[in-house]
Amino acid sequence: MRQIEASTITQTVEKLCIDANYFLGQDVIDALERSLKTEEFCIGQRIIRDILENARIAREELAPLCQDTGFTVVFVELGQEVEIVDGNLKEAITKGVSQGYTKGYLRASIVKDPLKRINTKDNTPPFIHIDAIQGKQLKLTIMCKGSGCENMSRHIMLTPAQGRKEIVDFVVETVVRGGGRPCPPLIVGVGLGGTFEYSAYMAKKSLLRPVSSHHPEPHIKELEEELFEKVNNTGLGPQAWGGRATALAVHVETCPTHIASLPVAVNIECHSHRVKTVTL
Amino acid sequence: MMEKNIVSEEIIHIKAPLDEKTVLSLRAGQLVLFDGIFYTARDASHKLLIELIEQGKPLPFDLQGQVIYYVGPTPARPGRVIGSAGPTTSSRMDSFMEPLLQRGLKGTIGKGNRSQEVIDLLKKYKAVHFSNIGGAAALIAKSIKKCEMVAFEDLGTEAIYRMEVKDFFAVVAYDTTGNDLYMEAIKRYGR
Ligand code: SF4
Repeated sequence: MRQIEASTITQTVEKLCIDANYFLGQDVIDALERSLKTEEFCIGQRIIRDILENARIAREELAPLCQDTGFTVVFVELGQEVEIVDGNLKEAITKGVSQGYTKGYLRASIVKDPLKRINTKDNTPPFIHIDAIQGKQLKLTIMCKGSGCENMSRHIMLTPAQGRKEIVDFVVETVVRGGGRPCPPLIVGVGLGGTFEYSAYMAKKSLLRPVSSHHPEPHIKELEEELFEKVNNTGLGPQAWGGRATALAVHVETCPTHIASLPVAVNIECHSHRVKTVTL
Repeated sequence: MMEKNIVSEEIIHIKAPLDEKTVLSLRAGQLVLFDGIFYTARDASHKLLIELIEQGKPLPFDLQGQVIYYVGPTPARPGRVIGSAGPTTSSRMDSFMEPLLQRGLKGTIGKGNRSQEVIDLLKKYKAVHFSNIGGAAALIAKSIKKCEMVAFEDLGTEAIYRMEVKDFFAVVAYDTTGNDLYMEAIKRYGR
């Protein structure tokens, strides 16, 4: 067994939270720059330039990219030959989030109870997904995700007969209904198949792929391209003030499903796409 | 489409609080740079403001002519005026609008579309809603020159702050005649 100390996990998570909120990924910057070239509307171009400028200020002045520093989702890939010592995994991650949000001057945006709504003051708890993998590695991926875009996400249980066309309509309708609220340009994550909850998980996981990367299967790549074109033909554009760049990318993930089911989940992500990964 | 609805690159300077002449002259799609004073409020502070109104108690600030910015900033680093401070989603404040408009509120700033009900209320009470760039929070913070706590301190980021702004960028989203930036955008650029 390989031993990893809980405190190492805490320190890693702390740093990932801070880095994610200050340093926009190069894949997002590249996608923004590509969208600037295709944007037809002068004000849309200005918005994209402002978003790029915002990323520069955030990086240079250590100011959070967005005031909604998000809820924290942590995807853990835990090698089966790893033993966590001097603590436990979930507590170590939670402590890392607490320290990261406090030391990094990040906003505490979590309430303890959905009805009583009292702020926990340190953005805990994070939402943790743990996957067991082969080997001696521990991979931690942090996503700090705003709620403006999360709130515009939708889910539907289609029937197999409805198929591809209904999927496309549902995704495009979800983007149009969101309008300016999720801060376009967006990254649209789609989960197809699985079960009710697994489709939503895949939609979120699809957002972890490098922005604008494609699914390896040709028919899914084609679907991504069709969705990308249709979403960018809605006319919403940056911030929904008008234009072409409604989305920077559409990512689709699929998995096996029941003969009677076609679950579709759409997880909407904004341009302030804060994802960081470390393998210990 | 009427020419007045077209978003053009021309930007005008306006002052907050807003005077009546300015409010009536603004049209959806107009880009503006604000100088002056904003008050901040979002979900929890709106709820408390409405409770005060229902109890017949005085509000922590006079709403006459004022502009409310829907924002919950990040904590300021030592030595800085404010943290990052971009807009939050406006439509969550839709149900709180009428009592505030009745008390003289003239402008709101946030991101994203609002309900038809709000568009009608803005017409009725002659007020304007502005949008600014969601997610440009570090850049936007540069146009905030002062920030002080006014009320509901225990709400933290959701408290009411008084902000002094200079060259604060926004677009008129809904004006006093019912024009709608978001609707026009789809009509103009949808394919
Ligand atoms: S949707 Fe994204 S960019 Fe917009 S306010 Fe929320 S976190 Fe920021």
